[in-house]
Amino acid sequence: MAEQLDPAERTGIVRDGLGVGIATGAYGTSFGAVSVAAGLDVWQTCVLSLLMFTGASQFALVGVVASGGAPMSGALTALLLGTRNTLYGLRLAPLLGYAGWRRAAAAHLVIDESTAMSVTRESRPAARLGFLVTGGSVFLLWNLATLVGALAGTVIGDPRDYGLDAAVGAAFLALLWPRLDTTRNRVVAVAAAAVAIGAVPLTAAGVPVLVAAGVALLAGVLRTRVERPEVGR
Amino acid sequence: MTVWAAVLVAGIGCYLLKLAGLSVPASVLDRPVVARVADLIPVALLAALVAVQVVGDGRSLVADARLVGLGAAVVLLVLRAPFLLVVFGSALVAALARLLT
Repeated sequence: MAEQLDPAERTGIVRDGLGVGIATGAYGTSFGAVSVAAGLDVWQTCVLSLLMFTGASQFALVGVVASGGAPMSGALTALLLGTRNTLYGLRLAPLLGYAGWRRAAAAHLVIDESTAMSVTRESRPAARLGFLVTGGSVFLLWNLATLVGALAGTVIGDPRDYGLDAAVGAAFLALLWPRLDTTRNRVVAVAAAAVAIGAVPLTAAGVPVLVAAGVALLAGVLRTRVERPEVGR
Repeated sequence: MTVWAAVLVAGIGCYLLKLAGLSVPASVLDRPVVARVADLIPVALLAALVAVQVVGDGRSLVADARLVGLGAAVVLLVLRAPFLLVVFGSALVAALARLLT
């Protein structure tokens, strides 16, 4: 590698990455507890964290199962949420410049946090370091914390007595919160919530959430139509 | 068994979605409709999940302690509390509300 990082920059990137890794990894405990409360066993919970390794999708799958939905509609919701990692990958690819087995391995670490900690870097070595330290530490701690949460969750009895059913909604809201920074996103969020609530009595569990994804598609396409005349001005 | 199938299908699928992003030429994202829809999908899905999780119960809608828990989550988010505090704080408030009713 031609470019070298100076020691101070290297230390800063490692420190920031570990900080995000510890903060994010720790909330694996809430995923572990919520997942066993939803009815998954400890093994299924841990395999989700190891294999899927993307928090919102994991919460979505167990959330749909918890509300009585078919596991496969939970899987579909998880996959739809997982599409944002594809976008992260598109932005990361030229920055990281990985190929072959390195790309295949790095792909597993493409999540919200590792992306955020590398897209702002100015050089390839800095971007790679931020990506690997953040992604690696989140991966390690997220999986350890999931196991701890799942084991704790199996011994506490009825999860409703501890409000864990409310914790799922709170987790989704906390994941949504930073995205509500534009009027457009707030309107789409309210519309999607309304559509989902309206669909609950009419459809099988798990389906309302997928119907709400239609709101996003509609908003995206309609918005383009509205903008088109402005382009011609 | 169906839970295992869902776990494996969604797990492998989510990995392939990540790998696709690192492998596909960036020009795909240049199409504005693709970028906008992809940006809005997580917003719509998460908002719908919040709604269904808090007032849904099978095929019926109910207002119970979960709604109180969500209120607590909103307050904690406005106060910029960290993720773990929001999640477990909301659980605690819902549990207390259940105890009192």
